[in-house]
Amino acid sequence: MNDEIRLNRVTRFIDTLKQAKELGLSVIEAREGSLTLCLPYSDRIIGNPDTGVIHGGAITTLMDTTSGSVILCALDEFELCPTLDLRVDYMRPAAPHKPVYARAETYKVTRNIIFTRCEAYQKCDEQEGVELDGIETIANCVGTFMRIGQEATPKHYRDLITGGVQ
Amino acid sequence: MTDPEIYRHTRETGDFTRLLESIPYATFIGLECDQFGDDLIFRLPKKEENLGNPILPAIHGGVIGGFMELSAAIYLMMSQDSMRMPRIVDFSLDYLRAGLNRETYAECRLTRQGNRVANVMVTAWQKSRAQPIATARAHFLLED
Repeated sequence: MNDEIRLNRVTRFIDTLKQAKELGLSVIEAREGSLTLCLPYSDRIIGNPDTGVIHGGAITTLMDTTSGSVILCALDEFELCPTLDLRVDYMRPAAPHKPVYARAETYKVTRNIIFTRCEAYQKCDEQEGVELDGIETIANCVGTFMRIGQEATPKHYRDLITGGVQ
Repeated sequence: MTDPEIYRHTRETGDFTRLLESIPYATFIGLECDQFGDDLIFRLPKKEENLGNPILPAIHGGVIGGFMELSAAIYLMMSQDSMRMPRIVDFSLDYLRAGLNRETYAECRLTRQGNRVANVMVTAWQKSRAQPIATARAHFLLED
């Protein structure tokens, strides 16, 4: 499986999640065992109207989606894995009017459990025409997902995600 | 949010409509809150846009997390004389059952209140309180 197949699978998968579409999540990069998604800024997900800072719940959904979808980048066959738990540490509020990115990786895959970690971040502003490479961490998240096997997911849905190609 | 008038209105009437309308994310997921005596019950009515897994179908785990997180913050704000939304430090969430496409409820408990940090437990359920779909624990920073 190459990165293009991974990106296509994740894109199709996220397309079936209504809340992910509602938030406008998009795939930035998919590699073996790692995935980056983007959450665009929107007035609709503000948690604090005084500051325009988006609510932590939208960050949680971004990180849950990225952590759950990176599994597609780690396994050759598509299987849906329910979330067992998530632990989110908030480092700083997300700056308003800027997208938030989340990069997740699977750091351990066993027969029953998949362990993930994920970082939500924003890119630093350009200053005086010089683009800074730096990022600012918004939140960190570790998650565990349960493997319930391929057969737990109907074949038509698996085919939809893989494009019929296993 | 920091509008003291909305805060006073909510305290005096037990009507959370204006408070919730002032928080866009609450409207985005459809969060509602009812007061029974001193107790608060948070509700997340059935909403198509909140779904994740299309097969079951089930509410997106992140929405359940966001619902519980916002419930905890409002609960904490109301349990104190604060007019500010407390800042969340961390959030630990255990998913116990799939959250099906139906109304979801949450209640909170203040486990420990210190000078600077508060620890809040949240339980979410659907058909039966005895069968929670998720439990969560959050730390909030109380100072500015």
